[in-house]
Amino acid sequence: MEHIENNLIEKATSGDLGAISRRSFIKTGSLTGVGLMVGLNSFVKEKHPKKISHTDPKSAVLDLEINPFIIISTDGSIALINPRPDMGQGSTQAAPSLIAEELEVSLDKVKLIQSGGQEKYGSQQSGGSSTVRGLWTSLRKAGAAAKEMLIETAAKRWNASIADCYAQDGKIYLKNSDKSFSFGELVDDASKLQVPKNPKLKDPKDFKILGKYNKRIDVPERVTGKAVYGIDIEVPNMVYACMQHSPTIHGKIVSIDDSETLKVKGVLQVIKTKRPMPHRAADAVAVIASNWWAAQKGRKALKVTWDNGDLAKTMTTDNYFAATYEAAKKEGIRYEEKGDFNAKFANAKQKLEFNYETPFLAHAPIEPECAVVHVKDDGTAEVWAHVQGPDGGLSDVSRALGISKDKIKFNVPLLGGSFGRKAYHDYLNETCLLAKELKRPVKMMWTREDDITQGPYRPGMLSHMQGFVDKGKITGFHHHAIGESIVGQVFGGLAPDESDPWLSGEISTENSKYEFPVSKVSWTNVKTEIPIVWWRSVYASNMGWGQECFIDELAQLAGKDPLHARLDLVKDARYRKVLETVAEKANWKEQLGVGQGKGLAVFASFGSISACCITVSKDGAGVKIDKVISVLDCGYYVNPDNVKAQTEGNIVMGITAAIKGGITFTNGICDQTNFHQYNVMRLNEAPKIEIHIINSGENPGGVGEPGLPPIAPALGNAIFAATGKRIRKLPFDIANLG
Amino acid sequence: MAIFNLTVNGKKTKVDVEPDMPLLWVVRDFVGLKGTKFGCGIAQCGACTVHVNGEATRSCQIPVSSLTKNAKITTIEGIGETQLHAVQQAWIEEQVPQCGYCQSGQIMSAVALLKTTPNPTDADIDTYMSGNLCRCGTYDRIRKGIHRAAESMK
Repeated sequence: MEHIENNLIEKATSGDLGAISRRSFIKTGSLTGVGLMVGLNSFVKEKHPKKISHTDPKSAVLDLEINPFIIISTDGSIALINPRPDMGQGSTQAAPSLIAEELEVSLDKVKLIQSGGQEKYGSQQSGGSSTVRGLWTSLRKAGAAAKEMLIETAAKRWNASIADCYAQDGKIYLKNSDKSFSFGELVDDASKLQVPKNPKLKDPKDFKILGKYNKRIDVPERVTGKAVYGIDIEVPNMVYACMQHSPTIHGKIVSIDDSETLKVKGVLQVIKTKRPMPHRAADAVAVIASNWWAAQKGRKALKVTWDNGDLAKTMTTDNYFAATYEAAKKEGIRYEEKGDFNAKFANAKQKLEFNYETPFLAHAPIEPECAVVHVKDDGTAEVWAHVQGPDGGLSDVSRALGISKDKIKFNVPLLGGSFGRKAYHDYLNETCLLAKELKRPVKMMWTREDDITQGPYRPGMLSHMQGFVDKGKITGFHHHAIGESIVGQVFGGLAPDESDPWLSGEISTENSKYEFPVSKVSWTNVKTEIPIVWWRSVYASNMGWGQECFIDELAQLAGKDPLHARLDLVKDARYRKVLETVAEKANWKEQLGVGQGKGLAVFASFGSISACCITVSKDGAGVKIDKVISVLDCGYYVNPDNVKAQTEGNIVMGITAAIKGGITFTNGICDQTNFHQYNVMRLNEAPKIEIHIINSGENPGGVGEPGLPPIAPALGNAIFAATGKRIRKLPFDIANLG
Repeated sequence: MAIFNLTVNGKKTKVDVEPDMPLLWVVRDFVGLKGTKFGCGIAQCGACTVHVNGEATRSCQIPVSSLTKNAKITTIEGIGETQLHAVQQAWIEEQVPQCGYCQSGQIMSAVALLKTTPNPTDADIDTYMSGNLCRCGTYDRIRKGIHRAAESMK
């Protein structure tokens, strides 16, 4: 698999004759070629593949799009389309593996192409840990359908029965003979066949790639500096932009003094512009220069006067959290209720009521937000943007530029981290506005300070918890989630009497599988103008903290061991297995030394179940983390090593979210500006970890996020076990628990 | 603007830039080597780590004019040109990178560490590598990668 070549398929399907000869993966000969395709939506609908383009008239090679995700050329070259951008989660391996498994090709022999938003590829959003679980059947079917077409063609040529033919390593073989055809020899005829609607998928016991350890093929380019990220894009005649955003995010421009800016060598012009966020557009100023260093120097020399209105009051996290604590005293909107919780709680003899707080957090991918956009004289546009979803990106660019999607070529370079951030296209919209004005390619790039101070952030949230116990068992549980709504702010789609569905689902008993005799889930929306958005594991990263720490508090009140208190509540076999596995691997029953403690937590999200057990020891005024053991049941998976890698990342990010600084706003301004104030875990702080995957054989669940939610509560519970100190507010200082 | 003569990855090159431009931007946007990354601009993340005369250096903090005339600059592109460096090979064996964006800096730091400390302990690694952030959380594998590289370089 060579490097991703985003433009290949676009050209192949747009009939762009000139582009075809530039395709590096096709070793051309010298005749005429015809391309064929079937659209994704037509994957089952269309009776026959359509002719879609002529290749280089001088080429001997036919590039045949046997279905949208597979291009086989008559010279035997195979290209597979990855419809999910890679931000480090491993989609460049996971997606093509699904196709390759059924098509019977080896990944090291195929070319990988990143989709560019075209409708025929369906949803292209890397997010919600959806790549494998979302594409598990459809991409395997794409591979299997193509294989059946190739087999049928070969069988006809041999006058043999289909049952006597089989595919292996890019060839079709005839059983009990020495006959074989390469895919390239068959593809021209095969692509004219009807696409089978329900191709037979392999029995998982016959998998050669899926579920097996395989090195990711694009790792070498990521260790040699050759991998191309969004920030690395350079196109001829390009200018650079650095943005001046409002320190209060939504401040309005009163005046701009750019006299010093325009004296900076390399600065070309200053543009008053906007930063269009989904919920509102903020004023901004762009400094355009011949290089980015000059642009940011020019930005520093800029004098902008802002009208901040009442943002100093409305955008202060202390005020926001004060409002959440007030809301905790009142009844919320009920999402789920079993029994009359309020009445039972009022009469309960043994009960508890506590608030659990989680902070706003920046995603802070090491690669900052950037994009390159070129609006061309001929009314077309080309974009290079490291977005999580090129389909949504294409729609946004089309809207921002007023150019129809078919006239926009959307290239997706690699994402240098994202964690949800690059699925929010304010920076891309911003670049589009500049490109429209400049009429030449512009590369807009945020500074780290922009990234930390401008948001959007994971929302800070409050979990108001109530519960009661009876005869040694947890019998009543109420989770009241309070804070800003992502669905409400980002999509403007939350009715006043509605609970944020993204959140309520996460904390429902249907999700937790805790069968409390009496329970309630409720919600109160406390609004803020601080921009918020999804962050790795979305609300599960907030809500796991309250849910799982409070279970431990109730267990203690009931006089129950935290593991057994949970097992008492859960009948679901998968959940029990996850809990039992983490207890076994962590040696839950072992006698610990003085000042040592273990804590566990379990949380289900994105179709998977994860549990974590953390061991800590007293260390001065705080504790140190001795070990983190994480267990994940994600059903079928593509590569166990990648599942482990993602879980390692979730452990590091989960602990960072618990013990490193959060984002705070004072008088409308973010208090943190860069990594010296917004701390994230460093190598010397990384704990010993151990990861266990449960091979449940269930349908695939998510992998990129589900490992995160149990981390913080397992740590909080471990600290209580070791020190007797119960922490209810994140973040906290692990070296000094106070 | 001023002309600066640089030796990058053994090749002599001439750039015409402002004297205060950090080496990071000179290397990326004027020499055209994009493997060295921007992360913070204040020497907090280590993504821009290169070697200046063999020493790991945060290139975002080095104005090009402060380099001595014979300074030898090595970037990620320069350490395994003919054959992958042992550290790069170890990174592949351990499957260290996730997004990989910080890994140029991680590898340049690791290579520099192994030059002075061929058999690093975990404590040596902690001390030397704590200046390089990885938001994907590959630290456990970085540690294993360094031990593996050290072993293979014996």
